[in-house]
Amino acid sequence: MSTVAVPPPAPGAPLTKKALTADHPTWCPGCGDFAVLASFYKVLEKLNYPQEKIVTFAGIGCSSRFPYFVNTHGGHYIHGRSLPFAAGISLGRDDLHVFVFGGDGDGFSIGGNHLVHTARKNPRLTYVIMDNSVYGLTKKQTSPTSPIGFKSKTDPWGAFDQPINPMRTLLNSGATFVARSHATQVNHMVDMMLRAANHDGFSVVEILSECVEFFEGAFDGANPRKGGAWQTIDLKKNDGTPEDALRHDPTDEIAAFKLASESWPGKFGVFYENKTRPTKNALEQKLIANTREKTKNASDLELLSKTFARMR
Amino acid sequence: MVSPSTPGPLDASQRLSGETPSVPDVVIRLAGNSQDGIQAVGGFLARLAGRSDQEVMTYMTIPSTISGGPSIFQVRMGSGEILSSGDRADVLVAFYQHSYESHRASLRPGGVLLYDTDHVTPNPDDKEITAVGIPMTSATVEAVGGSTKEKGKNIYVLGLLTRMFDLDVPKLTQLIKERFAGKNEDIVRNAMLAFDAGYAYPAENLRYRLDKAAAPAAGARPQVTTDGNTALAYGLIAAGVRHGAAYPITPWSSIMETLRVELPKYGGIFVQCEDEIAAASTALGFAYGGHLSITGSSGPGLSLKMEALGWATMAEMPLIVVNIQRGGPSTGMPTNIEQSDLMQAIYGSHGDCPRVVLAPKNVEDCFYLAIEAGRIAREYSTPVIILSDQAIATRIEAFPEPELAKLMGPTKPDVRPRDASFKPYPLDQATHHAPPGSVMGSGKYPTVTGLEHDELGHPTANPGLHMKMTAKRRDKLKKLASTLPAPELAGDQSGDVLLVGWGCTYGPIREAMGRLRGAGAKVGHMQLRHIHPLAPGLAETFARYKHIIVVEINDEGLYGYGQLTTLLRGCFCNPAIESITKTDGLTYKVSEIVERVAKKLGLADTTVGMRKQSVLSIPARS
Repeated sequence: MSTVAVPPPAPGAPLTKKALTADHPTWCPGCGDFAVLASFYKVLEKLNYPQEKIVTFAGIGCSSRFPYFVNTHGGHYIHGRSLPFAAGISLGRDDLHVFVFGGDGDGFSIGGNHLVHTARKNPRLTYVIMDNSVYGLTKKQTSPTSPIGFKSKTDPWGAFDQPINPMRTLLNSGATFVARSHATQVNHMVDMMLRAANHDGFSVVEILSECVEFFEGAFDGANPRKGGAWQTIDLKKNDGTPEDALRHDPTDEIAAFKLASESWPGKFGVFYENKTRPTKNALEQKLIANTREKTKNASDLELLSKTFARMR
Repeated sequence: MVSPSTPGPLDASQRLSGETPSVPDVVIRLAGNSQDGIQAVGGFLARLAGRSDQEVMTYMTIPSTISGGPSIFQVRMGSGEILSSGDRADVLVAFYQHSYESHRASLRPGGVLLYDTDHVTPNPDDKEITAVGIPMTSATVEAVGGSTKEKGKNIYVLGLLTRMFDLDVPKLTQLIKERFAGKNEDIVRNAMLAFDAGYAYPAENLRYRLDKAAAPAAGARPQVTTDGNTALAYGLIAAGVRHGAAYPITPWSSIMETLRVELPKYGGIFVQCEDEIAAASTALGFAYGGHLSITGSSGPGLSLKMEALGWATMAEMPLIVVNIQRGGPSTGMPTNIEQSDLMQAIYGSHGDCPRVVLAPKNVEDCFYLAIEAGRIAREYSTPVIILSDQAIATRIEAFPEPELAKLMGPTKPDVRPRDASFKPYPLDQATHHAPPGSVMGSGKYPTVTGLEHDELGHPTANPGLHMKMTAKRRDKLKKLASTLPAPELAGDQSGDVLLVGWGCTYGPIREAMGRLRGAGAKVGHMQLRHIHPLAPGLAETFARYKHIIVVEINDEGLYGYGQLTTLLRGCFCNPAIESITKTDGLTYKVSEIVERVAKKLGLADTTVGMRKQSVLSIPARS
């Protein structure tokens, strides 16, 4: 566990898993998403935000059922468009903590354009992509992260389109926090989501979450219990030791690209974090402050009356 | 300064009396290229008329090319009620040969052609009009000095017209100074030099005086002059809109430009999104956060937003959606006028998707209907589409300044704690969401959703619940319908013909009604502003007329009826409901409506009441 700063407890009782639990999940037994949900409860318990200030939102897909299972304000939007919706929540209500959940189809396929533009605009919100590399809700079609050779109902002979590299896509789009985790590693997921929630900007965690029904064993390569290699990213401590020179500096974009380009299954952890780029929330608030200063904080009625007086 | 080969101004002897003739209203068409600033001249004239308490109506075409290309601005000003920008012009200002050739036919017989002798050679045999050649370009260059080239000839023409119609020089000078305020002093000086040169042009015989409007009643609101998109943007602000999102598209864009600049002054945010779908989504995100929110677009953009609008109906989320219609389908005629998005507005999207559709009838109505849209969206938790069009969006009209203090809508999210009985989707009452930040007394936090749901927002495919929830979403709009006032019915309250219209056809239909009644027919006029749901009582009104003729700017379709006509026939099963439609991308001329109605009625004279001669024509003034 890392030493991420946790905000002071909100007044009143601390948030408990009991308070945060809503409908029973509809996922198939064995689905990786259960572990993501359990980790998210832990994250919210640790963050201990006032319950009414938390928003859990999602698009469409198996994983996008998430908001029904979390007892916070939230919603279930249309396929692929949850990011611009969540940006509207965050920009319009700077007092809220906005979490968006979705799958690889939602995030990288139908919502690909929104991922790129949300990343570049940097609104303050956290996006968790539960990547199972298959369309599960519609029962086994090729997804944008399905590996070449994956046999699906739309590619019975094996997929041959080049899959997306999520980490490279996110880095290239300008996301200010990019991390990767695995649904079999609860502590790691909690750590990554906590860091993401505490990042001031658009933070993304991709979690490899196996679909036991339609793509069994997809992520065994990174699961030691299935003979795979679990390799986490060792972050630089800036302690001046020789071994520290070999550690990853998450502010180094080029190093992040190199990590993102490693062969499957690659590494897990924080690839990139940019703490200097202002959020869209901050930029819009600055614009408002500057503008209101120029208009000397005139009331809405005064402002509009002035406008009409100019039309006389 | 008139070159010898061109006809000069009228001889003094042609005047029938020595007095300056007075005219009730005048239609001036300026024709040039888009970079000539003719829209600025039109704007000055329109605002001057507004400041002089005179009615004013304008018509403009914007070329879709980036710079250059023919462009016109037509302004009609005068006393009395001006309802349309005028079928034909009394004065044509032609900057170029193509301007002259394309627009000569728009001049009424007896009208005045003012042409730039530096660029135009008119037909010397054309005796139907008075052609006056003026070296507009070279006179401007001479007046302003060489460095500005021909920039400023628009202001030269403004000076010319000011003298011709005895307009208020101090007020105009003030307008010019306001317009260029904050710019280089040279610009103001050059503008005034060009104006004075035009004003001093010796065309002593071209002198008219516009009839003075009746003095405004004591305590009357001052007139304001603006275009439809501006009126709509500020109407949204008055309604309480502080948040919105959109993607640029003509002719919608000017609203988003205004809101992007204005909303921060009010503490709000307007987001330019990566596409139309993101814009609808971000706007819905603002709405979910508890704000009155808008998105907007033009035809093709509205199509892209449709899935999101389906969600807004299902999740019962308040949202204002503006659609500035243009010629379609596809990219179609982006700078032309058409009313062909009505069915898309009402029935677009998927599933049973009831929503509210409103249509402003003129520029002033854009302001008030925006406020009405805000009220309905909030009260009924529903998407509300405002269907404006290119004609209303871009034309300038004068109207009484709104009493803003009485109109400003609420702007803050309602995050009061909700008690334990709160249900996000109650079956027995209206949905009013608890935005995030609201503490839930039940301890259960609501999920807004596009899945069919029970009263608490839990997903369900229960057949009974889907029936009940579908009925709920429909019945709330029926309830809204029952509260709507009967649409204003002008003219004869029963008789031969009821003319029905929506949107920008208001003025031409109303004038056409007047002419037809002048010819002895019993004619009424109703302009529908609430398109969906319709106000109650229409069937009874329709039953009092032999013909109900719906005037629309769209195609008659496969079955012979325009889009509103199809809706009304479907609603009322009244075979007397028929259509007048057209698809030339232009607003209706009054004469087009009169002729087609007169034909349906079998009137011998289909040109009833048309002003055949220009008010400026000499023989007509005996």
